[in-house]
Amino acid sequence: MLRPFLILCAALTGASASMPAQATVRVEGDNLQGSRPLQEQTGRAAMHDYLQSWQALTAALEQNRADLLDPDFVGSARDTLAATIQQQTELGISTHYHDRAHDLQLVFYSPEGLSIELTDNVEYDVQLLDHGRVKTAQHVSARYVIVLTPAEVRWRVRVFQGTKR
Amino acid sequence: MKVRCVLVLGGLFIAMSHIALATGGRMSLPKTIEAGSSFSIQTPGRGNAALFIIGTGQALKRDVQLGQTVFFAAGSLYNAGHYLAILEGDSFTETESLDVVPASKPSNLSFLAKPSRLPVGLHAGITGAVYVFDAYRNLISEAMPVSFELSDPMGTVQKRIVVTRYGAARTEMDSTAQQGVDSFVARVAGIKSTRVVGQVPGDPCGLKMNAEPSGQRIHLVTDAVRDCNGNAVPDGTIITFTETFSGYQSTIDEPLKHGIAQVTISAHNGAVLSVASGVVMGNQIRWEK
Repeated sequence: MLRPFLILCAALTGASASMPAQATVRVEGDNLQGSRPLQEQTGRAAMHDYLQSWQALTAALEQNRADLLDPDFVGSARDTLAATIQQQTELGISTHYHDRAHDLQLVFYSPEGLSIELTDNVEYDVQLLDHGRVKTAQHVSARYVIVLTPAEVRWRVRVFQGTKR
Repeated sequence: MKVRCVLVLGGLFIAMSHIALATGGRMSLPKTIEAGSSFSIQTPGRGNAALFIIGTGQALKRDVQLGQTVFFAAGSLYNAGHYLAILEGDSFTETESLDVVPASKPSNLSFLAKPSRLPVGLHAGITGAVYVFDAYRNLISEAMPVSFELSDPMGTVQKRIVVTRYGAARTEMDSTAQQGVDSFVARVAGIKSTRVVGQVPGDPCGLKMNAEPSGQRIHLVTDAVRDCNGNAVPDGTIITFTETFSGYQSTIDEPLKHGIAQVTISAHNGAVLSVASGVVMGNQIRWEK
């Protein structure tokens, strides 16, 4: 089981290199205890789509445009981020997230194949901008729990939630 | 000389005051709060400032008097996640971290049971998966037991207890021997969610026909067609009768009506008559006048 995920890791690193964020990606071996077996291609696609969602998140929170979330986020994840964007707009602020590193692990694959859950120990930089002026910049280490569900042609993020590390 | 000394000391005092404002103590805030609970942040120094709480889950701002305690009422910060508390004064910015964790009490279950309809008697044929959420739709990642119960119309119950990992749990159940509508319940800490699973008869089992002469023809009729658990196979299920004789073969498909299928065919001496339903074979009869 390790070999497929080493390949997956290499593939994701390659995919990440083509992204503007240049985030490094590490994939830990799966931890799908008792779950339905996950095909390598399915896991790779889900992680690729999740990593892409960070670009949508970054653009949406920086430009305060909830519509930019639509290709990648759905359900409560989309609603929560859209509400944050609304709050930022009302406060006259925006935030710029720049993901630097992801450490991903698959933790749950539902038996009917309609959801994949993973954890991400992510390193990112965040800037708070007030009317376009940078007020502060911080480097953050956080842990996220993500639930992805399949859409027409890709996996979309349905739960995107920070947790205690 | 004395005046100069006083001016220097005065300037030094003002400068120290600014430094004290900037560094005289730090914000005091809880490192972790439960989603939706009230909390407060003690600010240092004197003067006016703005306090931002920012994260991907929420963005808040309060205008504050430095040195005062800023209260956040219950329900102010409710989306679980990692937040930065940023205190910005005229000449300084201070940043601290704050984690909001899901409420410990479950409030919602996302329960998916598959399939909604299946044949009786299938091992691990039914799957259920739940995600456990609090009242603010935060996924509760702390482990907690989930009870899955599948009850058939006769009152037979299959029960499994599964502990969640990262807010998720799954199980498999066998479809029961009795056709009908089963109730599939997931329950966590008093919260429950119910799904209905229809169980239909399986493939015919022990398919048997009888042959009788009917004038110059043969009347073929099956016994009541049932599955291996004794459930009546539904009307409309196709039963195939085949007659083979002298290298020829004749086939008739007939749907079940009132639990049986029957057909009248030409009689050929030495013909072999057989019955089947899909891939399930029944008995054979050699017809001799």
